[in-house]
Amino acid sequence: MRQTDKSDPRSTSSISSDAYVRETEAPYLPPPPSEVGIKGWLYNNIFQSMSDFSSPAASMRSLLVAMFTVFVFYFFATQLYGLVDFALLSAVWSDADGVKRQACWTVEQGGSLPEGWHGACWPYIFAKTKFILFGAYPLEDLWRVKTTYLVGSLLLVWVLIEPLPYRKLASLLLLVVFPMFATLMLTGGGFGYSQTTVGLYTLLGLALITLRRLGIAGRLTGVFSDLASVSGIAGWTLIFIAAFMAIIGHDFGLTNIDTRDWGGLLITLVVAITAIVASLPLGILLALGRRSQMPIARTLSIVFIEFWRGVPLITVLFMASVMIPLFMPEGVNFDSLLRALIGVTLWQSAYMAEVIRGGLQAIDKGQYEAADAMGLTYWQSMRLVILPQALKHVLPGIVNTVISVFKDTSLVSIVGIFDLLGATQSTLADAAWSSPVQSPTGYLVVASVFFFFCFGMSRYSIYLEKKLDRGH
Amino acid sequence: MIRRTILSAAAGIAMFATGANAATTLEAVKAKGFVQCGVSQGLPGFSNADDSGNWTGIDVDLCRAVAAAIFGDGSKVKFSPLSAKQRFTALGSGEIDILSRNTTWTMTRDTQLGLNFAGVNYYDGQGMMVPAGLGVKSATELDGANICTNTGTTTELNITDYFRANNMSFNLVAFEKADEVVAAYDAGRCDVYTTDRSGLAAQRTKLTNPDAHLVLPEIISKEPLGPVVRQGDDQWFNIVRWTLNALINAEEMGITKANAKSRLAGTENPAIKRLLGGEGKFGEELGLSNDWALNAITAVGNYGESYEANVGPNTPLKLDRGVNALWNKGGILYAAPIR
Repeated sequence: MRQTDKSDPRSTSSISSDAYVRETEAPYLPPPPSEVGIKGWLYNNIFQSMSDFSSPAASMRSLLVAMFTVFVFYFFATQLYGLVDFALLSAVWSDADGVKRQACWTVEQGGSLPEGWHGACWPYIFAKTKFILFGAYPLEDLWRVKTTYLVGSLLLVWVLIEPLPYRKLASLLLLVVFPMFATLMLTGGGFGYSQTTVGLYTLLGLALITLRRLGIAGRLTGVFSDLASVSGIAGWTLIFIAAFMAIIGHDFGLTNIDTRDWGGLLITLVVAITAIVASLPLGILLALGRRSQMPIARTLSIVFIEFWRGVPLITVLFMASVMIPLFMPEGVNFDSLLRALIGVTLWQSAYMAEVIRGGLQAIDKGQYEAADAMGLTYWQSMRLVILPQALKHVLPGIVNTVISVFKDTSLVSIVGIFDLLGATQSTLADAAWSSPVQSPTGYLVVASVFFFFCFGMSRYSIYLEKKLDRGH
Repeated sequence: MIRRTILSAAAGIAMFATGANAATTLEAVKAKGFVQCGVSQGLPGFSNADDSGNWTGIDVDLCRAVAAAIFGDGSKVKFSPLSAKQRFTALGSGEIDILSRNTTWTMTRDTQLGLNFAGVNYYDGQGMMVPAGLGVKSATELDGANICTNTGTTTELNITDYFRANNMSFNLVAFEKADEVVAAYDAGRCDVYTTDRSGLAAQRTKLTNPDAHLVLPEIISKEPLGPVVRQGDDQWFNIVRWTLNALINAEEMGITKANAKSRLAGTENPAIKRLLGGEGKFGEELGLSNDWALNAITAVGNYGESYEANVGPNTPLKLDRGVNALWNKGGILYAAPIR
């Protein structure tokens, strides 16, 4: 663009007396109108590529680009209009006469809408809202689900929004206390575990934590000091389990709601959140195990990861819901939702492990050596040096996995658990609402809900990436 | 259930069996206080959840009737929606007590799966629907037709058999979900839509112009649908079988949900008295109380009432009684007498 002008006074070494020398600074001018505003944006982003008519070849190209642009605009405009028209403009919003499906029937079918009409049947969704959101969960106990949602989302917002105080406390509440609270509220609790069991776990947990303390204090040698390094986590896990059992074992007077009655969005959220929350720590452990020098830990991790990655989720779910009951003694039933939960979690943790292993491999050897040189133990160096960097690197990968498991939860509907998709599909079977637009409406709702959650997760991950970006 | 589950999963303790497995199904059901009934994941008229999430349908009514026969209360029943692949395992493993899920009674199923069919509560058959504009009046004119159906069901097999037996060529267009089949048929991708006739009736209302299609007279398969129980517990088998028989007999005797109690009080007819528990100890023979049938009938009505309420001409399905009428009214429903 920039050309050296021979007449430019600055380019000549001698300045003649009659040459024009500017003595005042040139005023700042606003950018030309063609560069700013809507006009400028349109030119730069759309018309620039099709305004070159300097040669036949360039004109040809500009024409092609113009045609393609028009085509793409037309395509998207019609698609978008089609969607808006279906969902909003042509849609039926109310069923004032209480005629159910006839509210969404055209004249040909015996209804009152014009021939060829095609729009969403919202009264059908309004009638089924409770079922789509909560399944067959008893109406009089719905407040328990709602309270759980409310508490959960408040805690989540507290943890996710940075300027709020006490976020560490909130994350502790969310990860430790909330699962107990949610299980108690949703199932009803009162399982009545024996106090001996709870006490035993507490004691064992305390013993392990003591072992850990002794290890830190340097009172242990040999195999015990190796054990001590992991006994802290194990101890706290046991204490957590004991507390969990104590809480859901206690009878707070809530009615027990069988998981068979759960359904809809509730199932989707329960399965997705459990799988996501449990698979992250499991995945980290598996990834570390796979890169470990210890042959047994490494082999076990590899076998675990390769096994669970090698089978499709559908197979896992079928195995969990069809095969496991056959292996059980007759009359003993594993709760079907719990079976699916465990299956999805294990399956998901194998994927998570591989994503995290990618992050571990991306960390320079020097970081490991530097951590060792500082005298950090293995767990310290992982916790303080390696993992924070590794997890940051693979954040997009982790969120990718999380989003995919959120969508994969809909597979549980093939084993008779009504997730959001399954519940909506089962409402399609209600002949009281059957019409040609019934299933498009139902699927539109399901797609919107999934999009809402997945898009939200994706945006939060972008925010996190920006926040954690250290510019190197 | 969940208590043992969470306990074992969380604590890693092996599952322990309770005393329930030693008992008969009836004792186990009485101990837990409800009947666990396996139903479909949604089939109009047979088992589907209504607007408030309550299960309705003729398969569901049968389960309610069994619950009422045992407990005197038709609401003491819980439903497990099951996929076609899961259903037999769920029954075999004891997850459910009755499978009442539009299941076709075939010899393979009866002999090889460790199950027993306790009767038939709906005689279905595979039918075909074509656009009226095609000008076809009989299935024998369908040589070379494109046929839409569901994958992996016996409907595929039946239609293949039928066309081969009649020396006709055809193109099968199979889809996973019923909705996809209907959409493809409605969009004109195929000339014929085939599934069970009750299914045709249910899906018909999803067509853009239902009146422009007609169901051909041919019925190309026998699909007797009925409740299934585990093999080896004859008492439970008898309870389910005779509850179904009681509902059919009640229709034959004109005993309805509304008049059952007054009929018992005001009749001298021994057949009615035996059915409703006014005479004999028929309930006790089943391990129930003698008013078991009375309770079942007052809970869901007789077979005819259940039919009319769920699949009959006044419901969205608009199915005539056809072969499902009583034997003395032109159908083939014939229940053994209670005596």
